[in-house]
Formats: sequence, structure tokens, C-alpha cells
Amino acid sequence: MFRAVVIGTSYGGLDALKAIIPHLSKDFPLAVFVVLHIGDNKNDSFIRHLKKQSKVKIKEAEEKEEIKPGTVYFAPPNYHILIENDSTIALSADPKIHHSRPSIDVLFESAAWHFKNQLIGILLTGLNKDGALGIKEIQKYAGITIVEDPETAIATIMPASAIEIMKPDYILPLDQISKKIIELSELY
Amino acid sequence: MDPNQFEDLENIDIEIPLFLEAIFQKYGYDFRDYSKAHIKRRLMHRMAIGKFNSISLMQDKVLRDKSFFISLLEDLSINVTEMFRDPEFYSSFREQVVPNLRTYPFIKIWHAGCATGEEVYSLAILLKEENLLDRCQIYATDFNRRVLDIAKLGIYPTQDLEKFNRNYIESGGKGRLSDYYTLKYGSLKLDQSLSKKIVFADHNLVTDTVFAEVNLILCRNVLIYFNKDLQNKVINLFYQSLSSSGFLCLGTKESLRFTQLESNFANIDSSQKIYKKRIN
Repeated sequence: MFRAVVIGTSYGGLDALKAIIPHLSKDFPLAVFVVLHIGDNKNDSFIRHLKKQSKVKIKEAEEKEEIKPGTVYFAPPNYHILIENDSTIALSADPKIHHSRPSIDVLFESAAWHFKNQLIGILLTGLNKDGALGIKEIQKYAGITIVEDPETAIATIMPASAIEIMKPDYILPLDQISKKIIELSELY
Repeated sequence: MDPNQFEDLENIDIEIPLFLEAIFQKYGYDFRDYSKAHIKRRLMHRMAIGKFNSISLMQDKVLRDKSFFISLLEDLSINVTEMFRDPEFYSSFREQVVPNLRTYPFIKIWHAGCATGEEVYSLAILLKEENLLDRCQIYATDFNRRVLDIAKLGIYPTQDLEKFNRNYIESGGKGRLSDYYTLKYGSLKLDQSLSKKIVFADHNLVTDTVFAEVNLILCRNVLIYFNKDLQNKVINLFYQSLSSSGFLCLGTKESLRFTQLESNFANIDSSQKIYKKRIN
């Protein structure tokens, strides 16, 4: 049984997330963590917008917050997000990775270590290589990996960089990703 | 499925507390109550860079090689900072805290976890613009002596100058940032009038006690690296160090919520995490 989904995306990510999050039901059984590169900008208005379209609970991740299923946690701008062993959230102001804070690699790596084979990792459209090493780490610990098909992604570099260094369980066009997440979440 | 598939991760969770205990016993630096997720990430990376096959092998090295310990100390310390980081904090500080400080004849300030000092100089600039700096004594502390040496010099590379300028303007700066530094050999050197009001000192929040009685404490983006117990301990240390009605400024994502002393502080700006010690 899966416990969590991690999603990473940068350029084109607003649209990509809008094609996924609103499909999750109110009682979606897993916790979802999202790293969206947004530079120094705030993401409040995007989160508000997404909330209006979605049934699942959406919020910004807070330091030491206890992880609950059926909740989508966004990394706050300018902070990395990590998963603690006691299933709480840690934030960090560590240096940028791939010019990014939050970094997808940081979230994916710590989620891989904590959730192991109970994790689904998803890498979407984006303009840099952040997330490739992270999704490889998820695969190393037997999590399920999904990469957006670079053919249909708004920006191909991010998904293509992952595919270069690992073989994802699924390479899917954007419009099929939410269906796959829901299907996996209903296993067992 | 391979039953030993997660054995390396399980071993790492056993080895890390032993590793931190070894560092504490040998060198007196205490990382045992730091957030585990941060420590794990940093140690795993050091392990990969140093090509160690396990944390235990790395422990052997750290016990016997002081220079390796010094590089680990660098990994484990928190050195990210910039001038006027989180400009909104500084503009709120000007509005909410400065009027109060004006009523004091003499102001003692403790900037805890100052790293390379950019934020300390930012505060000094703000206080100078408010005509308060002459009345201030700022103590800036960190446990990492290397970063303190950089802070004391007050010389920084110009590569981040554009960002510093933008932050300064957004923070409500009253002049130009260039009023406070001189450019030399591709570096910027902050003005003597700022540094003469700052004392940089070695202090460890985890293992040292009350530093001085002060009217204002800034400790931004340090507590997020600590576990709950250590957060409570450090906030208690701040509480003990603050004069009555003194101010405490934390990082934007840090808060006193759920800490033991929450009710002993009043919220001055809940989004910028500015608190005031209640009179008991």
C-alpha cells in the first residue's frame, strides 16, 4: 500500500498541476508533496486558484507539521522541504540546488528514504535537471516512478534528464497521469 | 522482494545517532538534537563525496582526523544568508519594533546564528537610518569560527550585489545601499561606522548558556534545523536573555506555536514572526 506521492515541476508546472490535483478526491488516501519552482515569487494566488478547482485539501507545508493523508502540501517559496522519520515535515533554507530552492531532488531523496516502496514519484515539465537524481533515488528504494512524456511536456529538459539516467516505471502524457495516480492509490 | 533491500537505510538510522554521539564526546559540538532529516541529508552527501561505504567508517575517520571533523562542521553548520534577506521582515521591523526601541536610552541586541554576518550589517544599516545605531550595542554570535572571521571583516563578493540592492529597496531603505560600502578589488567592504557597533563572538546555542541580557534578539532560520526539544530549550534561553518587554524575531517559517513558552510572548507581527516578551 502506498503512503505518499511526490511531484516535482518547474516551467509549465502551473498548467501541469492543474491537470492533476483537481482530479484527486476529497478522501484521497495518500499524502501529496509538491515542489514547484517559482523563483522568488509567492505561490499564494496559485494555491488559492487550485483550491477552488479541487476537492482534496491543499496547503503550504509548515515546519514540524504532522503528515496527513488526503492533503496536498506545497513547499513554501525559498525553502527546501524534507520528510522526517517521525512522519513530520522539515523545512530548510540550505543553498539552492540546480539554482532552485525548493529543490525537487531534496524532497524526492528524503521521501525515498522515508517512504521507500510506499512512495510514488512524479516528475513533470521543467527547464532544468532538478529531480532527475531524486527520482532515481525513489526507484532505488523501490518506489513507483512516473515521468511526463517529454513529447507532450511544455518544457522537455526536466523529464528528459530523468529518462537519461533511469528507466521510469511509466512515461505518460500529462492527461493520463492523474488516472494512474488514482489507480495506484486504490491498490490493495 | 529482497528482504534486505532496505537494510542500508535501517543501518544508517542506527549509525547516525552513534556518529553524532561520537562527535559530541570527542569535540564537544552537539548535533544530537538537530532535525534528523537535515543531518541525514548532509551526512549522506559527505559520505558520497568521501567515498565512504558506511557512516560507521566515516565515524572512524572523524574520531582520528581533526581536519576531517572541521570539514564536517562546515557541512553541519547553517551558513546561508544575504543582505536584507526577507525584505518584508525589515520593513515590518521598522514599523513595529523601531518606535519601541526609540524609548530606550541604550539598546542591547543579540543576533544569534549570524553566519557570515550579512544580516547583522543589514540591521546596523537600518538602525543607522533610524538614528538609533549610536545607542546600540550589537552582539552577533555563531558557533562556526570560520564564518565569524568573514563576518568580522565585513567584506563580501560583489556577485550578489544586485540581489542585495533589490532587497534593500524592498525593505524600505531610506538611502542607497552604496552609502554603506566601498568597492575594492571586486569586493564590497561595509562601512566602519557599522562594524564598530558590532561585537562578533563565538557562542553555541546548543551547549552555551545565557549570553547577555538584551532588549532584542534576532535568530532567523536557525530553529528550523532543530528538533522540538532543542527548539524549546533555545527559546527558553532567549526568554531568559530578554529584558522585560524585549523583542524576539524568528525566521518567516519559524514560530513559537506549539512551543512551551508560546504564552509568554505576544504576537507583534504573526506573518513576519516578531514577538514581544510579556511582562510577568
